[in-house]
Amino acid sequence: MSPMQNAVPAPAPKNKTIEITNLNFFYGKTQSLTNVNMDIHEKQVTAFIGPSGCGKSTLLRTLNRMYDLYPGQRAEGQIMYRGRNILDPGQDVNMLRAKVGMVFQKPTPFPMSVYENIAFGVRLYEDLSKGEMDERVEWALKKAAIWGEVKDKLNKSGLSLSGGQQQRLCIARCVAVKPDVLLLDEPTSALDPISTAKVEELISELKQDYTITIVTHNMQQAARCSDYTAYMYLGELVEFGETDQIFMNPARKETQDYITGRFG
Amino acid sequence: MIGEHSSKQYDHELETIRSKVLLMGGIVETQFLEAMNCFRIGNHERADKVIADDHEVNQLELALDDACSHLIVRRQPTANDLRTVMATIKVITDLERIGDEASKIARTSKGLHARGIAGLNHYEMVRTISTATSDMLHDALDAFARLDGKQALQLIAQDAVVDHEFKSIMRNLITFMMEDPRTISSALDTLWVAKAIERIGDHAKNIAEYVIYVVEGKDIRHTKPAGLAVDQPEA
Repeated sequence: MSPMQNAVPAPAPKNKTIEITNLNFFYGKTQSLTNVNMDIHEKQVTAFIGPSGCGKSTLLRTLNRMYDLYPGQRAEGQIMYRGRNILDPGQDVNMLRAKVGMVFQKPTPFPMSVYENIAFGVRLYEDLSKGEMDERVEWALKKAAIWGEVKDKLNKSGLSLSGGQQQRLCIARCVAVKPDVLLLDEPTSALDPISTAKVEELISELKQDYTITIVTHNMQQAARCSDYTAYMYLGELVEFGETDQIFMNPARKETQDYITGRFG
Repeated sequence: MIGEHSSKQYDHELETIRSKVLLMGGIVETQFLEAMNCFRIGNHERADKVIADDHEVNQLELALDDACSHLIVRRQPTANDLRTVMATIKVITDLERIGDEASKIARTSKGLHARGIAGLNHYEMVRTISTATSDMLHDALDAFARLDGKQALQLIAQDAVVDHEFKSIMRNLITFMMEDPRTISSALDTLWVAKAIERIGDHAKNIAEYVIYVVEGKDIRHTKPAGLAVDQPEA
C-alpha cells in the first residue's frame, strides 16, 4: 500500500517552463477552452487526459501557436514562456515552434531521406558545415533511440521505415533543432504495443533533457509515463496534480469517475 | 464501490468480490462465537463444526485472491477501485487467520473439556475479552460493508483495551498456577484461548485500518492512534 502521505517529505519545487494563465480558446464563436490555469514543470512529463472533445489537443496546440495556421481560431489569455507571452502578436512563431516541437498521432516523416528529414529543420535555423550536420543528425537519431536501426540507411526514404520507427524519426526531427519542450499529441495511438513501449521508454530518457507534454487517451500510459496529470472536461481544467496522487487518490470525484471508468 | 462503471460487467465483478468477502466475514464471525460457546459448555460436535468450517473459509480465500488477480489484469483499476481491491486482498488474509484462531479455540475447548476442568472458572476469565473482541469483529465487518471510516477509527482504539485485558488475564492465570499446580493444565489452555482472542482483536483492527485506506486513501498502519482523524468524502 502507498506510504503515509505526510511521512514523505514534499518534493523540491520544480521550475516552470510554461505558465498558462486565464487561457480561453475559440473556434469561431465556439469556446473550447475556458479559463485554463496551469504550470508545465521543467524536465517533467505532464499528461493531459480527458474524454473526446474535452480540449486537451486544443490546449496542446496553443503551446506552440499551431492554431495560427487555421483562420477563425483564436486564443486569449497568457502563456508565459521564457519571460514572454507567446500569444502576443509580436511573437516569432517559427522560433517558438523550433523551441516547442510537436509530434503528431500519425507519424509524419517528410518525403525525403532519413538524413534529410533531420537536416531540413536544422538548416532553417543554423548554418552548419557538412561535418557538423552529420554529427547533429547522428546525435538526434541517437537521442531518439533509432540510430542503430537507420545508420546504414540514412539515404533511404523516411517513408520506408516502420510506423514505430517513423514516429521515432519524427521525435528525432524535433530534437535536432534543440528545443526546450516537446509536445506529443497521442504519439503512440497508431503504434503496436512493442513500438509503444519503445516510445514510452524514450520519453522517460528524453525528460532528462526536455520538458514534455503528452496528450493521451490511454490512462495507463499517463499513469506510467507522466509526473503530472491534468484532467480536462468540456474545455475546463478539472484537476491538476502529481500523477501518483491523481491515479491513487484524486481530489475531485469527477476525476475519479473518469479514471475508474464510471464516466457517462 | 459507489456509482456504476460504464462496464456493467466490471460492476458485477466488484459486487461478486464484495459479497464473497462479506460471506467469509459472516462465517468467521460465527466460528468465533461458536468456538467461545464450546469453550464455555464443551460441545464436541459444535467444536468439530467450527474446525470443519475452516475448509470453506480457506476455499473462499483462494477464490477471492483469484478474483482480485483477474480484476487487476482485466480492468487495471485505479483510485478507489484499486484501493478496494488492495484492501480486499489484505482483509481476506486477516479473515482467514481469524478462522484459524477460532479453530484453535475450538480444539483447545475439546481438549480442556475432555480432561475435565480443574478448579478454574476458565470461561469467566475470558468472558470480558471475548465480548469486547466479538463486538470489535462485528463492527469491523460492518464498517467494511458500509465503508464507514468513522466507525473504523473508533474500533482501532478498542484494540488497546483488548491488549490490556489480555495482559491482565495472563497475570491472573500465572497467579492461579503458582497457587495451585493442579490448575496448570487448564490455566494454560485458558491462556492459549485468551491469546487467540487477542489475536482476533488484532485482525479486526487490521480490517478497520484497511477500511480507512479505502475510504480516505490514507495508510495508517504502524501509526499511533493519537491524533488520527478521518474525513468521510462527500457522496
